[in-house]
Amino acid sequence: MRRRFIPIWFFIGLLLDFYGVLILGVGLYELVRPPAVTVKMAHLHAALWWGALLLGLGLIYTWKFAPRGGAEDEPAARGRSQGGVP
Amino acid sequence: MSMPLLTALPASGPSRLLSLGPVDFAVIAAYFLLVLGIGWYLKKFAATGDDFFMAGRRMSAWIAGLSFLAANLGSLELMGWAASAYQYGILAAHWYWIGAVPAMLFLGIVMMPFYYICRTHSVPGYLQLRFGGSTRLLAAVCFALMTVLMSGVNMYAMALVMKVVLGWDIHFSIWASSLTVAVYVALGGLLSAIFNEVLQFMLIWLGSLLIPIIGLVEAGGWSGMVARIQQNFPGGDYTHMWRTMSDFTGNPMGIHWTGIVFGLGLVLSPAYWMTDFLVVQRVLAARDLRSAKMAPIIGAAFKMMVPLIVILPGLLALAVLEIPLVGESEAVARGLHSYNEVLPLMMARYLGPGLLGLGITALIAGFMSGMAGNVSAFATVWTYDIYKPLFKREAADRHYVTMGRGCTILGVLVSIGTAYLVMQFGSIMDYVQALFSFFTAPLLGTVMLGMFWRRATAAGGFWGLLAGTLSSIGMWAWVKADPGALRYVALSEHARAMAENMYRGLWSCLACVLVTVAVSLCTRPRPAAELVGLVRGLTAVPPERGLPLHRRPLFWAAAVCAVFVILNLVFW
Repeated sequence: MRRRFIPIWFFIGLLLDFYGVLILGVGLYELVRPPAVTVKMAHLHAALWWGALLLGLGLIYTWKFAPRGGAEDEPAARGRSQGGVP
Repeated sequence: MSMPLLTALPASGPSRLLSLGPVDFAVIAAYFLLVLGIGWYLKKFAATGDDFFMAGRRMSAWIAGLSFLAANLGSLELMGWAASAYQYGILAAHWYWIGAVPAMLFLGIVMMPFYYICRTHSVPGYLQLRFGGSTRLLAAVCFALMTVLMSGVNMYAMALVMKVVLGWDIHFSIWASSLTVAVYVALGGLLSAIFNEVLQFMLIWLGSLLIPIIGLVEAGGWSGMVARIQQNFPGGDYTHMWRTMSDFTGNPMGIHWTGIVFGLGLVLSPAYWMTDFLVVQRVLAARDLRSAKMAPIIGAAFKMMVPLIVILPGLLALAVLEIPLVGESEAVARGLHSYNEVLPLMMARYLGPGLLGLGITALIAGFMSGMAGNVSAFATVWTYDIYKPLFKREAADRHYVTMGRGCTILGVLVSIGTAYLVMQFGSIMDYVQALFSFFTAPLLGTVMLGMFWRRATAAGGFWGLLAGTLSSIGMWAWVKADPGALRYVALSEHARAMAENMYRGLWSCLACVLVTVAVSLCTRPRPAAELVGLVRGLTAVPPERGLPLHRRPLFWAAAVCAVFVILNLVFW
């Protein structure tokens, strides 16, 4: 019996969720109240769509690789989403 | 692999390049909390030696492949090669294509079966099985020493970058990042290092990819970028990889195509990707032979794409930056920006709050993945290849795990000590980098002959490795003492440092091969039965014929190889 661990993709999903919310929030704020000093190509609103992309990716990873009940203390390498398997 | 360390940055710059806001700090803090949390979570899965040093040998091909690449994708690599791209143009991409892809594919398809089937825990461990204890010890001591010293050099260079770019205190950068790595690797061992490397790989891409995307929009696409570069730097060819390499003076790198093909493609790149335990360790953690073969192929596919986030920003800077960047000494004298600052300058140009924090997190993640690779490989080689045979041959598994945890911390502390030593005596950095190059190219000769020539003997392996290493040191000292010797070592007095490294690697590898062959022919070989599982021709490698096409490593290696050829033709 080898213990299985939560896939790394779940942790990546959590971080991307946080980053997505943060950066998308900044993008929305700058859309409503444009800053006085901007970076080059600010009209592309990179924070908005990159933040949305991070959030979307994060949600997919978090949902797909979320630990299900009884994931630990079972034989390893049986399911494709266990043991760090993508 | 040999990368342009940012050694020339001034330790006391006039001002920082970037300023971070609260959102950026929140992005960085979340990253640090998560890597520590992952280390803490994985501690309970690293109870045995196999778990701690080999990640339980249960990694999938994707995890092992991404980790294999991330261990090499340090932040200094990102910044250094972006600077090289600004200086030399697309020639710098040779280090990502011919300087990596063929060797990675060869490792996956041809060499991995032998590393994997013999169940070795390290490259010196393979040498022990094939050539005996003396060769193993020579390789292990050289590797362990070089690993911690290089780690310290990288640590100092990274702290210097953080000081120049962000104005951070150099001591804070050194201690905060290295202690974080020490904690999560000591807790979860290789498992924790690999998990975090995959996380770091994702962050490096997500934090860096915006620069080429926005840059290409600003420059008007690839053709717009090329036109702008020609307008800004008339007469220079920055966007072709091979056509300027017919002579040493025809390109800014001062290199001939033979140096790239034979020195980089046939010696230095295979020496690093096939025998450097830092990267090979990640593949040895794969859960089965097919995954172990696929991991370097997946790594090669992503390696081919890394120029997107490293080389392209350097080229875009040639096109869009209003003020040209200059060499470090000129930058200090005239108050301008240097090549080495090209990536932070592009970040400052395009990335606003939050995105800038993500970009800086990508740099920090790159540094930490490289350092975790160093210390986890050091812990394994020290424990299994030095401590166990020399000091405590028989002990409980738990004892070796404790030793591994302890020497992870010790490795980090020695690295920190090296960083402070470099801070006091800058020239040490050059010597440490040279020291690293002495050993890797000859090791390739030893491993290749061991795997593919059954007649190679234990004495041949040891004396060949020693002769190759000593010949490399000899050539380096010769050029140091008499710069005119460059025309013999590197075939041209116009050759630059990179070209010299390549030719020195080529000659030292040849010296190793010649001595190994000569000594082997004069000594008694081991019986064939003892070489089963170690040598080609005596080892039964499971065939791929029963697998569907899309699951065969050979199929994917051929696909990656085809893309590699097409890329070289497109950018010829």
